[in-house]
Amino acid sequence: MKLTWKGIIPLVVFLALGIAFAIGLTKDPSKLPSQMINRPFPDFSLPDLLDMDATIDQSYFDGQVTLVNIFGSWCVACDQEHPVLMKLARNNEIPILGVDWRDTVEKGRRWLARGGNPYTRVVFDADSMLAIDLGVTGAPESFIVDKQGNIRYKFIGPISEKIWRDELKPFVLMLEAEQ
Amino acid sequence: MIAEIGQIALILAFLIAVAQSVLPMVGAHKADARLMAFGDKAALAQFILLGVSFIALTIVFVQSDFSVKLVTVNSHTDKPLLYKISGVWGNHEGSMLLWVLILGIYGALVPIYGKNLPAGLKARALSVQGMISVGFLGFILFTSNPFLRLNPVPINGQGLNPLLQDPGLAFHPPFLYLGYVGFSMAFSFSVAALIEGRVDAVWARWLRPWVLLAWSFLTIGITMGSIWAYYELGWGGWWMWDPVENVSFLPWLVGTALLHSILVLGKRHAMAHWTILLGITAFSLSLVGTFVVRSGVLTSVHSFAVDPARGVYILALLLLATGGGLVMFALRAHTLRGGPGFTLVSKEGGLLLNNLLLVTATFTVFLGTFYPLLIEAFTDGKISVGEPYFDRTFAPVMIVLIAFMGVGPLVKWRKDSWQSLRPHLLKSLLLVLVISGLTWWLGKSVLGALSIGVAAYLAYSTLVAFGRKIKFGQTGSMAGSMKLLRAQPAAVWGFLLGHMGIAICVVGITAMSVWAGDSAKVMKLGESMTVSGYEFTLTNMTPGAERNFQKMVGEVEVTKQGRKVATLKSARRFYQVRDMITTEAGIQVRPMRNLYVGVGEGDAEKGWVVRAYVHPMVNWIWLGALMIALAGFVSILDRGQKREVSS
Repeated sequence: MKLTWKGIIPLVVFLALGIAFAIGLTKDPSKLPSQMINRPFPDFSLPDLLDMDATIDQSYFDGQVTLVNIFGSWCVACDQEHPVLMKLARNNEIPILGVDWRDTVEKGRRWLARGGNPYTRVVFDADSMLAIDLGVTGAPESFIVDKQGNIRYKFIGPISEKIWRDELKPFVLMLEAEQ
Repeated sequence: MIAEIGQIALILAFLIAVAQSVLPMVGAHKADARLMAFGDKAALAQFILLGVSFIALTIVFVQSDFSVKLVTVNSHTDKPLLYKISGVWGNHEGSMLLWVLILGIYGALVPIYGKNLPAGLKARALSVQGMISVGFLGFILFTSNPFLRLNPVPINGQGLNPLLQDPGLAFHPPFLYLGYVGFSMAFSFSVAALIEGRVDAVWARWLRPWVLLAWSFLTIGITMGSIWAYYELGWGGWWMWDPVENVSFLPWLVGTALLHSILVLGKRHAMAHWTILLGITAFSLSLVGTFVVRSGVLTSVHSFAVDPARGVYILALLLLATGGGLVMFALRAHTLRGGPGFTLVSKEGGLLLNNLLLVTATFTVFLGTFYPLLIEAFTDGKISVGEPYFDRTFAPVMIVLIAFMGVGPLVKWRKDSWQSLRPHLLKSLLLVLVISGLTWWLGKSVLGALSIGVAAYLAYSTLVAFGRKIKFGQTGSMAGSMKLLRAQPAAVWGFLLGHMGIAICVVGITAMSVWAGDSAKVMKLGESMTVSGYEFTLTNMTPGAERNFQKMVGEVEVTKQGRKVATLKSARRFYQVRDMITTEAGIQVRPMRNLYVGVGEGDAEKGWVVRAYVHPMVNWIWLGALMIALAGFVSILDRGQKREVSS
């Protein structure tokens, strides 16, 4: 049996890819990816979906704990999450900043008109300007931002009532207690 | 009863697959003709048993036998017959059964059409096919059994999703699978050839029809998916760079590279390593394509946690197939002989470049699609997904590829020179300048003008290459050219169709990316808006009702410079049972542009939300794509290649 470099290279490349994927798969994607946590929320200045002449920027996080929610009218899981956010908004649990991602104005507005608008304001991010800085991997995705404007928590996937109650709300209460 | 017949047939097919994966291989090793011949019989038997199993599942669906769990979850007595049948493969378990059925069909084609194959190669290839079959049948039987019963039996099913009741969605997966599974032949033949240590021109010509068949079906499958997304999803996009689309595109790109490397191997005995590797890769990516859609590895990583058995099995299958093939390659690569050398400026050089570029393109799409998983493995550094990423990475590679596609067919095998290409390149440059200039003057877009110029260059170069083959304008006699025209082998027609198809595709894609117009407005009756020179006026809103939904039909009259062009009807449907609303777009299809209207929500007081799009030349994209698919089918008919084999 004779091995040649030419013969082995493809196998090595494949194994390297395989290992990378294996590592990727074993990591629970809903756990916080380390690099964004405890960093300031990235600078942004983007139009308001509901008033395209107005812009929203990071001054929005002024001394209040905020939930930032990435969504899109194209996102099926967001439909599932939406009633939960509506309930949070109705109960005044937390201000929610929406980020309408990879969407069109028309469709984003229509989506909100249909299911109700749980957001205090909605950033319109059609070109992934903010989403890339945030390292968003898909929608829905949510971040909890503290009073100083730092990202403190990242949650991937639709927020359910149980997740809110058991996981996010305790965290939010803790942040609100901080000076 | 019928479900049990299907189940038993499936188990028998599994057992036969086990035998098929071992006996012919042993037979080929010992040169035992009887054991080798078993492969033929086993392949046919598998096909029949899988056919029985699939028909059984179809009958269960048509009869709405809700004692079968799969039927309950995915069907309903009120579904039209067509969608009861398409419901068979509209779910994970059924689609896997369709997958193995198609594997059975391809397997059966080997003994039927492969009578002239050498017994050893055929036996080994069928044995590898048997192994794939074992893997998939095992997957179905142990983790995704479609025939599971349900007790107590429910009164009716749950599957009445109106969005999924669409002919495009019904026939898209079978074509896609015909493509994916077809590449298993490339895999099996590659591994078999590695074992035999014989990868040569003759082998390449045997492999060629299988690859062409798979590739053409895949082209149709991808095109159908694109058309469906265009008219059903209602935002007028034809390609979204969505993971599900990307994973079907990956094997297509590699398959395209494979087709061209087979050409070199078949004609010049070179690029044997490449061809084998591409054969293995095409099938691996097909597996990825199958599983990404069905298991949702990408769309939601959570499903892995929900059903770990399936996830682990899928990964193991992928690892065994690809890893096994590549280990084989590592062990046997030294037996492959390098072909005769060639200079950079030669047909071989051009096709090697084609391969490199296509592999690069595959890699960029792969990276863009799988980046979340990879990034999580290595953290730090971010890549944006979606259109901007692909525009910046994939599009430039394609432009370079097209630049070489123009000259490639014109250079000679082995050795050519830049000098001989100069007249053509100069004429092409002139053509590009004229066409681009004209396009810029009309369309006011530099990018669009350049892109249309490139497409014109490709079409012109393809025609020139074809013209040289029939000595058009060279002998001076028209009759001589006509005679040569008729004498051209099918492969040359395939080349003409395929490359012209790409040129037409590029024109359509460019027009859609640069000159498409859209607008949305809240309109009352009689109001209008203008998009790209067309005036859209909402003339009428009529309520109505059908059996399972109520509807609101909006009529939009379209005029251009005061002349009426079209009356488009768009309907909004309310499905009360499901509390769902769907929009049926109104589309006028024309060769040079489509008019596309969707009427949204609203009322007579405030008006209705109306979206209007003008899509220039969008149909050219699909026309080009279908020409490409046709090119593949036409090339299979190439008798010249067959004759060479038998001589």
